[in-house]
Amino acid sequence: MAILEVNNLKKNFGATDVIKDISFSMNEGETLSIIGSSGSGKTTILRCLNFLEIPDGGTISVKGNMIFDAAKDKKASDREIKKKRLHFGLVFQSFNLFPQYTALGNVMLAPKLLSEEGGDSKKNEIKERALMLLDKMGLSDRVDNYPHQLSGGQQQRVAIARALAMCPDVLCFDEPTSALDPELTGEVLKVIKELAQQNTTMIIVTHEMAFARDVSDRVIFMDKGVIVEQGHPSQIMNDPREERTKKFLAGYTKRL
Amino acid sequence: MFGTVTLALLEGFLTTLKLFGLTLAIALPLGLLISQGAMSRIVVLKYPLKFIIWIVRGTPLLLQLIIIYYGPGIVMGNPLWGAGDGGRFIAALVAFSINYACYFAEIYRGGIQSVPVGQYEAGYVLGMTKGQIFRKVVLLQVIKRIIPPMSNEIITLVKDTSLARIIAVYEIIWSGQSFIKSDGIIWPLIYTGAFYLIFSGLLTVAFHRLEKRLEFFR
Repeated sequence: MAILEVNNLKKNFGATDVIKDISFSMNEGETLSIIGSSGSGKTTILRCLNFLEIPDGGTISVKGNMIFDAAKDKKASDREIKKKRLHFGLVFQSFNLFPQYTALGNVMLAPKLLSEEGGDSKKNEIKERALMLLDKMGLSDRVDNYPHQLSGGQQQRVAIARALAMCPDVLCFDEPTSALDPELTGEVLKVIKELAQQNTTMIIVTHEMAFARDVSDRVIFMDKGVIVEQGHPSQIMNDPREERTKKFLAGYTKRL
Repeated sequence: MFGTVTLALLEGFLTTLKLFGLTLAIALPLGLLISQGAMSRIVVLKYPLKFIIWIVRGTPLLLQLIIIYYGPGIVMGNPLWGAGDGGRFIAALVAFSINYACYFAEIYRGGIQSVPVGQYEAGYVLGMTKGQIFRKVVLLQVIKRIIPPMSNEIITLVKDTSLARIIAVYEIIWSGQSFIKSDGIIWPLIYTGAFYLIFSGLLTVAFHRLEKRLEFFR
């Protein structure tokens, strides 16, 4: 069964249709990359899945349960939206770590608040898991550092650990390396690749074409709010069928 | 003589401190409410509050003191505050609290709006509620940002309390000045400056320490 099924997703800002009619599905453990030029609606898809934007149309199902149906959920309460959000995680382009917490504090904060809401604070388990995740990100010697004491690449790895700590069904990355210089890009891509190898279900919006080809099970190419083409990375990258895909990819090879 | 003057001035300074402390106790939370209202999407709250902030910040505090103290008597024929010392003090406290709450509101607004929207979004995608995000993520960042302008405003308040003299609140300037009439000496009035200096010096040190304590993050 598909872990994620998105049907006829629509989002408009005023008169602009940013996402026109998007449908796709994902299997558990799959890594999906979304490529396309700026303004094609890639980021908006991730923001809709994480309910930072409420979709204007369409449905979202996770593990066979419809968690969002625009026909009736457009006016959902904050509490309901908060529950839906827990199915997804999002790693931002600009990290958005909380500056007053250490790396460990950043990873522990949300799980701690959630367990307190549930009535019992599992502080020790949460801490253990946070330390394990930071270790997995190669940051075991950085757990007590504040964000401003970390490099961009380290900050982004903390942000990935923070997102993983909530155990989302689908982890989304919004151009995770766009704010990093080339030297630091590699260390972030490396941990994302490891996550892919461990079958973490991920959607990655990226401009790193080589990375998208190496790491993904499937690539979606978007243009002007619609999915133009999707398929196996080698097919999309080496043998695109659509004219628009060819043109977009040509822009990348020309630069190299 | 010096001892007598010091004692008299200390008594006046006690009133100054009372006015200062109570104004802060009222204006700090009131300012937060006003800033929330002025930033809200509720039109009947937002625009009247912005109008009040404009009036309060756009006219002299001295004038506001006079209007608040004498206004009710003139307009309603009812001297709301009573004629005694207590009434004058309360009128002064009301005027100071409203005035400073409006200034604080603008400082809060600046502090709250300076927190990047990404901080809220990061909280949301981690399943945090609005309240949790405000308390656990935004609040300390706001406090860090507003301490410098707040300390400025609060040190100004120390000296502004002397304006209460205009409606005959017996604060320290009044105590100093009374020696001109009774003993024909002016140095007690000048001496009051030392009280202000020492007190604002203590506040400066306290705010500096607070700033230092929040230097662990950026």
